[in-house]
Amino acid sequence: MTLQHVATSAPAEAEKPSVWRRIWQQDAPGYLFLLPWFIGFFGLTLGPMISSLYLSFTHFDLLTAPRWAGVDNYVRMFTNDPKFAASMRVTMFFVVFSVPLKLAFALGVALLLNRGMKGLTLYRSLFYLPSLLGASVAIAILWRQIFAADGLVNKFLSLFGIIGPSWISNPNYSLWTLIVLSIWQFGSPMIIFLAGLRQIPQDMYEAASLDGASKWRQFWKITLPLLTPVVFFNAIIQTIEAFKSFTPAFIISGGTGNPINSTLFYTLYLYQEAFGFFRMGYASALAWVLLALVAIFTAFSFLTSKYWVHYDD
Amino acid sequence: MTDAPMKLTVVGAETPIWRKRLMSVVSHGLLIGASILMLYPLLWMLAASFRPENEIFTSASIIPTSWSIDAYFRGWNGLRTSFSVFFTNSFIVSTFSVIGNVFACSLAAFAFARLEFRGRRIWFALMLMTLMLPYQVTLIPQYVLFRQLGWVDTFLPLIVPKFLAADAFFIFLMVQFFRGIPRELDEAAMMDGAGPWRIYWKIMLPLSTPVLATAAIFTFIWTWDDFFGPLIYLNRMSDYTVMLGLRTFTDSTGMSDYGGLFAMSVLSIVPIFLFFLIFQRLLIEGIATTGMKR
Repeated sequence: MTLQHVATSAPAEAEKPSVWRRIWQQDAPGYLFLLPWFIGFFGLTLGPMISSLYLSFTHFDLLTAPRWAGVDNYVRMFTNDPKFAASMRVTMFFVVFSVPLKLAFALGVALLLNRGMKGLTLYRSLFYLPSLLGASVAIAILWRQIFAADGLVNKFLSLFGIIGPSWISNPNYSLWTLIVLSIWQFGSPMIIFLAGLRQIPQDMYEAASLDGASKWRQFWKITLPLLTPVVFFNAIIQTIEAFKSFTPAFIISGGTGNPINSTLFYTLYLYQEAFGFFRMGYASALAWVLLALVAIFTAFSFLTSKYWVHYDD
Repeated sequence: MTDAPMKLTVVGAETPIWRKRLMSVVSHGLLIGASILMLYPLLWMLAASFRPENEIFTSASIIPTSWSIDAYFRGWNGLRTSFSVFFTNSFIVSTFSVIGNVFACSLAAFAFARLEFRGRRIWFALMLMTLMLPYQVTLIPQYVLFRQLGWVDTFLPLIVPKFLAADAFFIFLMVQFFRGIPRELDEAAMMDGAGPWRIYWKIMLPLSTPVLATAAIFTFIWTWDDFFGPLIYLNRMSDYTVMLGLRTFTDSTGMSDYGGLFAMSVLSIVPIFLFFLIFQRLLIEGIATTGMKR
């Protein structure tokens, strides 16, 4: 029974109130509590979404009224914009490498920690710390120094007589420094994996070892299948986050996405178009393509999930 | 005849002691190695902020040969505007964001978790969908709106959305928690004549301190860390947050004063680190139960 049922069935209300009165009593409290959220939802989410969809079909420089442009923005994007193509490549590369590697690290460490290790809480906290700090500008600044020509990484390499390149300013490596930064923050998916591992009943392992299954086999036949819902969840969250990543690339490249657009994340390009060149219409079109990408990815994951994600009945 | 299964039981259940010990040593070795590797950059930055300027680029060690806090004074006043202004601004924005988020999200969460009204399921589903929405899709019209309201170069675009529960993630977090509170409690209060507001204020909120604290801490940290919002809405240096101050530092003097830049970078993460030290259990449980992104 819920509050409102109790309220309407209370004896005081028994003498048949009018329809409006009933609506007021039944629905008003819920809508009143939701009022701030409604203002935000319509004013800051739904309204702006519709508006940006409209703007994506216009040329708009913020100072003069938007001029209708039809599908010009979208056509230009896919046929005549090398920077768009570059930013798409960079972002895809980043997502494809950073997410699986990050999840693999997270799962590997979680499995190690889940063996009933002493000091579990200490390790867990230490590994989590970079996740908590990682989005900060301070860490991006630190990263830029670590991978500079005279940075920490090359100091270590020089101990072995290797003279490393300037990782940040070499287009072959610059994106990898950002991927490493993302992997470094494997702490929060690790915690989610640990929570998932605890849900797996111990007696399944006991039964399996009675049957003579090796640890390796137990991992592939018990742990991994039962953990697939958590893998699925982590993969979706981390992929969406990777698509939205902005600050590290901005700080490390000084806002440019260089060298030769090698760190030009999609979000960074969108920012440049919107707030560097004030091409707000084009930037809105970019935003809608991003939304389409995220939506396609999410839909695809959910559709394929029934073939690989294991749900108990 | 029962020989074979018996043997298997023994193999499966009892690994020799020495092997167990070896495995444990190897695992701890791996984990300690990984911890050092992961934390080394942070410790190195801390050390760099205390060492003489000429040593920063020659030493990979995390122990300076001599200690000095000069860099902190240099960095604090390294820009036209001092970092005391940036820290004050960051604290103002983060504190108001916490208040707004906790209040607005708990109101919405209470409605979704406890009140019965037409359309609840649809609104709830829409709320969940906004979780997936990349903020870029609403960015430009929001900017236009705030600009028309005259809010650019004020903190309002950073704070007001929090009072409108724009961060749906926290609504979701609280709904999960509220659902776990026994309904008998509010039904009993109903019988005593309490309305929804009293139940929210006198029963739900007092019983929900763990989730409210988790939401408050994460809101503070995320707002403190936020770079994009301040980047587009704050243009005057006197309005800058710490993150914008750091960015400006890297663009200008930072290139010649790495000590000062690192000192300010260290200070910028001190508040987050303190929250981590004091509330790590709460944070980790928050992530484990709801699956947070960071």
